[in-house]
Amino acid sequence: MGIETTTPGIVAIIAVVWGVTLVTRWAGPFLMQYIPLHPRVESFISAMASSVLIAIVVPLAFAGDLGARAALLSTALIMLWTGRVMPAIGVGLAAAALVRQLF
Amino acid sequence: MNTVKAGRAEGELPRYRLAPEQVRAEFVQLLPIAVFVAIFGVAFGLAAVQTGLAPWQATLMSATVFAGAAQFASLGLWGSEVSLLPLMAITLAINSRHILMGAALYPMLRRVPPVRRYGLLLVLTDANWARSWQHYQSGRENLEAVLGGGLALWLAWVAGTLAGAYVGGMLGDPSALGLDMVLGCFLLAMALGGPRSRRVLVAWVVAGTAAVLAWRWLPPHSHVIVGALAGGLVGLFWLEKPRHGH
Repeated sequence: MGIETTTPGIVAIIAVVWGVTLVTRWAGPFLMQYIPLHPRVESFISAMASSVLIAIVVPLAFAGDLGARAALLSTALIMLWTGRVMPAIGVGLAAAALVRQLF
Repeated sequence: MNTVKAGRAEGELPRYRLAPEQVRAEFVQLLPIAVFVAIFGVAFGLAAVQTGLAPWQATLMSATVFAGAAQFASLGLWGSEVSLLPLMAITLAINSRHILMGAALYPMLRRVPPVRRYGLLLVLTDANWARSWQHYQSGRENLEAVLGGGLALWLAWVAGTLAGAYVGGMLGDPSALGLDMVLGCFLLAMALGGPRSRRVLVAWVVAGTAAVLAWRWLPPHSHVIVGALAGGLVGLFWLEKPRHGH
């Protein structure tokens, strides 16, 4: 089944993408109402939440070019060294720009 | 039904009131990131117009959906018509991380009245969630970051899309300046800035490995949710010492 990309069709497509996205934004807290906050559940959720960011970033390094890897690596190093977010990002971007200029 | 531990029952919970000045402060806190989000909004606006959307349609999509990766992916399905099931499946796969993110904030969110709770979740996205979650792990309750930071990011995303749809192309190539890496670097910095216990480190190794394997061999866009669930299993079987209430 498809939706034609006419004006009303495009609005319908946008509505579908919005609707599905909204369900994902609302489903977590909604479902949690019915799950008792047992320590094991909390531990599962907290480990999962901490892992979301890593699961986004690590494949980014694998899929990316040398510049992307340089950016992530230098951000990680500065972050572990100084613990400050903005310098870490700044150095990361500079590393990506530099590597892409050179190679 | 009230067999839950004392102090856990719904009625006894102290209400979480969002402090307006804290919401404003969080808006300002995420403005530097919002600048880069705007640049990617420009890229989306440009791509959308090139795909065949009118500028107002691109802007409507950014204003409602407010999820960059899913929006770009839906452009990838564009033709004289768009197939409904793949559209829904891909959107769900890319955005399913929101489910985990929202669930993680539930201990705070449940103390917010429902209308406000679901209202502030409208602007839930990676960067403002990451900040709120990092604070929560360090023992600070900061739902204001979700709302204030989310509004900053939303405004930037919509404004960027609008600009890109009308005057895009003037921007050159943002990746030459490394600008495409802003969000990745920010999310990594947020992850590393949080508490790093042995349990968290093990969860990261499992999550990162599973995510890469899924990215290689499982259907596209499934790697985030696969990696996160794999990391969650570490938490399921390895419990930290019980946390004291805030």
